[in-house]
Amino acid sequence: MDHETLGYETLGECLAQQGISRRAFLKFCTAMATLMALPPGSAAAIAEALIKAKRPSVIWLSFQECTGCTESLTRSHTPTLESLIFDMISLDYHHTLQAASGYGAEKSREDAMQKFFGKYLLVVDGSVPVKDGGIYSTIAGRTNLDLLQEAAKGAAAIIAVGSCASFGGIPNAKPNPTGAVPVSELIKDKPIINISGCPPIPAVIAGVLAHYLTFGELPELDDLGRPKSFYGETIHDRCYRRPFYDQGKFAKSFDDEGARNGWCLFELGCKGPTTHNACATTKWNGGTSFPIESGHGCLGCSEPLFWDAGSFYTPLSAPTANIESIAAGSAVVGAGIAVALSVADRAKKRRAQQAHEKLTVKEL
Amino acid sequence: MNQQELLDFVRGPGLQIAAAVFVLGMIYRMLHLILLGRKKNLAAPRGSEWGPGLRTMWHRSLLSVGLTPRGYFILIAGYVFHLGFLITLLFLGQHIDLLRSALGLGWPALPPGLITITAILTIAAMIALLVHRFTDPVKRLISDYQDYLAWALTILPLLSGIMLKQGIALDYQQMLIVHIVTVELLLIAIPYTKLVHIFTTFSARWYNGAISGYKGVEV
Amino acid sequence: MSPPSNNLKDIPIYAQAEEAYSVGNIRALLEEIAARLEKLDDNGETWMIDLNSLPFAPGEYEQLRQALGQGEISARIEAIGASEIIETHYPGVWWVTHYNVEGDTVADMIEIAWLPEIIKSQPEDVHAGLQRLKAQLNERGE
Repeated sequence: MDHETLGYETLGECLAQQGISRRAFLKFCTAMATLMALPPGSAAAIAEALIKAKRPSVIWLSFQECTGCTESLTRSHTPTLESLIFDMISLDYHHTLQAASGYGAEKSREDAMQKFFGKYLLVVDGSVPVKDGGIYSTIAGRTNLDLLQEAAKGAAAIIAVGSCASFGGIPNAKPNPTGAVPVSELIKDKPIINISGCPPIPAVIAGVLAHYLTFGELPELDDLGRPKSFYGETIHDRCYRRPFYDQGKFAKSFDDEGARNGWCLFELGCKGPTTHNACATTKWNGGTSFPIESGHGCLGCSEPLFWDAGSFYTPLSAPTANIESIAAGSAVVGAGIAVALSVADRAKKRRAQQAHEKLTVKEL
Repeated sequence: MNQQELLDFVRGPGLQIAAAVFVLGMIYRMLHLILLGRKKNLAAPRGSEWGPGLRTMWHRSLLSVGLTPRGYFILIAGYVFHLGFLITLLFLGQHIDLLRSALGLGWPALPPGLITITAILTIAAMIALLVHRFTDPVKRLISDYQDYLAWALTILPLLSGIMLKQGIALDYQQMLIVHIVTVELLLIAIPYTKLVHIFTTFSARWYNGAISGYKGVEV
Repeated sequence: MSPPSNNLKDIPIYAQAEEAYSVGNIRALLEEIAARLEKLDDNGETWMIDLNSLPFAPGEYEQLRQALGQGEISARIEAIGASEIIETHYPGVWWVTHYNVEGDTVADMIEIAWLPEIIKSQPEDVHAGLQRLKAQLNERGE
């Protein structure tokens, strides 16, 4: 990819070059509005902004991850939208998607970072191991830690895609043998947006990129750094099975009568009430379905530390640790104390009786 | 510690600690009370102890007649509160999940809408009783810090529970943490304050009946 | 306590029931459409409802289709993929669905207007087309 020529064209020029009509562009902007969860009437404003938008360079670094987030994005059911986005950005480095490899690829990355210093968008998926100097994940002989710190210096903003980059994810779960940490724990001086989820909904990833391209800045974030337009509500608040929750109609086990009637999955461990994401409205696979609609409770995958939050099948109202044996143990200890004390007290009583002295309850 | 970690703590180790303190405390106090024994009554028994004891436990739980208006008020408000609290605790589906994991068995739930109404009536009764405790000169005189503390510890789970269910004030995760914490506080306080009357009321009624029965009084 | 585990092959498969239940979305949507249609009637104010943002229960989307029905117009646009526009049984209430070249839905909305924006010819396109026509006329002239 020769980024000399792909540097700073505006989108308007890009589209004109491809012979795309204004009507087609308007359709594209309508789709973008839907993607960004903006009111559909804002297509015109988006068109206005996009026509003048410049093409930013994007560096995508994959660290300690399973590649699910990249897979999610490439499964985005708007390939034309995505291809337009990828036409709109200059994806100068993505070691899974790019054709180049080896020293040439690394050189490309370094060149892009140098040329567009201070202006490129850094996308990160995967957590960063820091234990033992970060040796547990390396690319081209350099640790992820090192690569991140170098790339962050010249980035205009950092997009942490997936729960691993946002909150640490599965490598960060107990006992965290590699010392995995999220991006936000390492980089403190750049704007970071967390697109959490395991993986995130592809439309959400594309929507955030679209927002950045349209408006030149990151969208409004919640207190965990996630875009409010997608993570502002809990699954519970938008779940179509909510009427069943309110009426107390719960499925008691998988595939029982209640489950087949589509009743609420709270008692099967659904973490919907404490999970913020867009699954209940935007859904997955182009709006086909989402876990609850398919009969399985929400795992809470867009929240921090969800792997360590107790079993996926324990309801939110039930304890995550064993109570029965603790209670039994305490009963035994309590009984022991009672017996011991009453032996001592009876001895006191006997002594008092023999000494013909009065004994009050307070003395026992 | 972020919110998720806090939630995990109160649902895990937090509940374990509260359960341990509660069970240990209750078993210890009840057993100690019983094992302490009573002063030996040297008179010859004129009746049995157990029958009258159990009958008294039942009789004193029934509604009485011939009370003053204030007496009726306390009786009815008291019953509304106690029954309402028990129904809210034992018959909401989510609570049954919790008890099932602690006791090993569950039971059918009541509709959540009904529970909400019950909880609201319970809170209303509690507020009425507090107002009475504060305005009645005798009650005011004899009430100590434990009475007010017990009231506060009991109403907090009810209030936070309703807020959690109806989505009032904080979001679900925060409200869930608050609700569980108030319950844990209540559990820890029960064995070491007047709240121990949960169990001692009935053993006290047994003792009263037993004493009368021993003396041959018709109970 | 965790629920009893199910062996995958022991789980029977049920086809989805034809009459799916409703959780009240349809009525609410129709009320909104009615209110907006009234505004269009009064002062020409247009409105769009993004169907992608609504949590439909299974079967409700089809119920909405049935409720709104198909009116006198159906149009098809080919611009980076197809777009289908129909006027529903209620004039002024249009259903606009945009697809990409692979046939996936990229936008789906109810538009309350005299005519959906996307059907109208765009000034820039008209201008570009005029240039092309003039060029062709010049060619023919020679």
